[in-house]
Amino acid sequence: MMENIISPENLVYTKTKLMTDKALSYCPGCGHGVVHRMIMETVDEMGIQDKTIGIAPVGCSVLAYDFMNVDMQQAAHGRAPALGTAIKRLMPGKYVFTYQGDGDLAAIGTAETIHCCNRGEDMVMIFINNAIYGMTGGQMAPTTLEGMPSSTSPYGRDVARMGYPLRITEMVAPLAGVYNCSRHSVHTPAAVRKLKRAIRKGFEAQADKKGLTFIEVVSNCNSGWKKTPNDANKWMEENLFPYYPIGDIKIDGKMVA
Amino acid sequence: MIEEIIIAGFGGQGVLSMGKILAYSGVMENKEVSWMPSYGPEMRGGTANVSVIISDERISSPVINRFDTAIILNQQSMDKFENAVKENGVLIYDPNGITRKPERTDIDIYTIEASEYAAKAGMSKVFNMVVLGGYLKVKPLVQPEYVRKGLEKSLPARHHSMIPENEKAIEAGKGLIQLVSKKA
Amino acid sequence: MEEVKLMKGNEAFAESVIRSGCDGYFGYPITPQSEVMEYLMKEDPEVKRTGMVVLQAESEVSAINMVYGGAGCGKRVMTSSSSPGISLKQEGISYIAGAELPCLILNVARGGPGLGTIQPSQADYFQSVKGGGHGDYRMIVLAPASVQEMADFVPLGFDLAFKYRIAVLILTDGVIGQMMEKVVLPEPRPRWTEEEIIKNTPWATTGKTADRERNIITSLDLDAAKQEQHNYKLAAKYKLIEENEVRCEEIQCDDAEYVIVAYGSAARICQKVADLARAKGIKLGVLRPVTLFPFPKKEIHALAQRVKGMMSVEYSLGQMIEDVQLAAGGTLEVQFYGRVGGMIPTPEEVLEAVENKMVKL
Repeated sequence: MMENIISPENLVYTKTKLMTDKALSYCPGCGHGVVHRMIMETVDEMGIQDKTIGIAPVGCSVLAYDFMNVDMQQAAHGRAPALGTAIKRLMPGKYVFTYQGDGDLAAIGTAETIHCCNRGEDMVMIFINNAIYGMTGGQMAPTTLEGMPSSTSPYGRDVARMGYPLRITEMVAPLAGVYNCSRHSVHTPAAVRKLKRAIRKGFEAQADKKGLTFIEVVSNCNSGWKKTPNDANKWMEENLFPYYPIGDIKIDGKMVA
Repeated sequence: MIEEIIIAGFGGQGVLSMGKILAYSGVMENKEVSWMPSYGPEMRGGTANVSVIISDERISSPVINRFDTAIILNQQSMDKFENAVKENGVLIYDPNGITRKPERTDIDIYTIEASEYAAKAGMSKVFNMVVLGGYLKVKPLVQPEYVRKGLEKSLPARHHSMIPENEKAIEAGKGLIQLVSKKA
Repeated sequence: MEEVKLMKGNEAFAESVIRSGCDGYFGYPITPQSEVMEYLMKEDPEVKRTGMVVLQAESEVSAINMVYGGAGCGKRVMTSSSSPGISLKQEGISYIAGAELPCLILNVARGGPGLGTIQPSQADYFQSVKGGGHGDYRMIVLAPASVQEMADFVPLGFDLAFKYRIAVLILTDGVIGQMMEKVVLPEPRPRWTEEEIIKNTPWATTGKTADRERNIITSLDLDAAKQEQHNYKLAAKYKLIEENEVRCEEIQCDDAEYVIVAYGSAARICQKVADLARAKGIKLGVLRPVTLFPFPKKEIHALAQRVKGMMSVEYSLGQMIEDVQLAAGGTLEVQFYGRVGGMIPTPEEVLEAVENKMVKL
């Protein structure tokens, strides 16, 4: 019976070889694994494994290099765009992507983020926004919503004292160096497919030396939010999406939102 | 032979470039040289000074505080460096703008009316070379041919057309320098 | 024979960078070393000479992380700054040490702490030789004492950096950076080709090919036992460097009864002190550490066995003296003379200190 089922014509899905066999260290339901896979599938489909350099951040995805089967560097907290800049400038024929969370990209690394975008480095910046510091145990992030509790805003984010949640994607979009800028999610198959198309477009733009592609993925943090995966996704749709609307902001150098 | 020199005046008087041309002339004559400027905010409009050492032997300290020769181009520098001239040394100054004349009696003191001459001759750009000429008259450390080579090396190529004017200024300086007080 | 030029230390350094096959410079302006980037930008080697990238970063923090990124690709890369900027770079330097990346860093030091002054200082000695950032690590530290050494230490620094996969710091100050002296520039050598980089740095992120596993540049190991092994590996490397790479210069030490230990521009001043002292009949020599890490421990120890007095002269409140005293052992008590805050000791005042603190004892 099994022999009949396991045959090439019945194959509906296979993991790209560009994802390693190491078990993902992410919590069940977390979006990181899906985003990793979309990047690696893109690299695989474009046939550019030998030309791709990735940069991992500090945060939950610090060990991204354990899962992605391409040459990778791990950056100090917030500094991935600086690494990426040098790598791309010194090896302009390669494809470079950075992968950062909200604390990394939008708090400690804000200067690197903005100046890398402003220089229009030919690379893809992937920004995972789950509105919380996941790895360190659920502290407030620059993107934590007003009133949203975290371990360092236990009574909810009080914007009068803690500032407002930062929409950094809208900040970088108008910069002349940014060629594509969009916000995505990975909680439905359709959303995942859209993300993958955006990543592909970004990799193609860097080959054409068009400038930087900035991709935000609004994602969940079940552990940090203390919710089941399903509840977390529902909460994300109801609370994060209104503040961080999904969709394209700038495409091919033109603002569209 | 070792000659330790301080050149001091206002920023914009060409103090640093005078030192550089002198040092480069020394290089051309195969001597050891060092050129150590004061640097930082004081360069911008305030006082500027540079120590130049020209020597037949390897130079130890480029940082010096006693000088064989002081070339003084403003009052602040006179106040600061008159007493830093070694005994039996030389002090050269442009009287223009000097309100308190030097008082040392154990050194040779010269004046050079370089700014007045340069203004009258329409050569204010090469004022510093007039002063350099006066100095070289007193201390002929480097031969004129090497000074010319020093000018060629120090000045950017686009300014090489100015070399004859610079040389003319140096010659003029040699005639302008006057001994006003010989050491006792 | 190569032409003799008259150049500022900072400019000779920058020209030597282009000639040393450097692939990338990443910097941020700060006095007294801005001439380095200014010179490189004016030369525009990316377009006009070797193809070397020169980039003005948004901060020192970004610049050192660009160095990390470039070094991780097996490129010859570098940055330069002055004390406050070097403090900002410490995090990146620690990561570079952890990830064992080769690179060159220039510190044209100025007086501190804080914004301090722009005048010369040697108060960054501890920061340079003891680590500076977090974690157990070292850099090779070269201390040039002339414009010629500013030029010569660039190719030397790159060679040492790649030989040991380590950051090499050139520690100098505004005297050497701002002064002009005669210099013979090193012969130009080409940048490595892509093939040479793959051959010379098989660990670098040059793109994963079918014939090798992926390369990862990281300083992280969440497994403490593995991290400990990594630390031991680094320690073994530092020990090897201490055995093989000590450089120092002994000036008039052969018959010396008293010795000054001084580095960089302070050693130049002290050479003059030795001349002045000998004119007075005091047999004074100067030991100049050229490498501050590795430190010339054996040479200082040997001198300490036979001289009557030893003194450390620094532009600091007394930092290198700790290493001099350790190297001397209990044989004699090492004396100290220093000026701080951007002040430079004159030869005369050092001579006075020599007489009062060593000779009269």
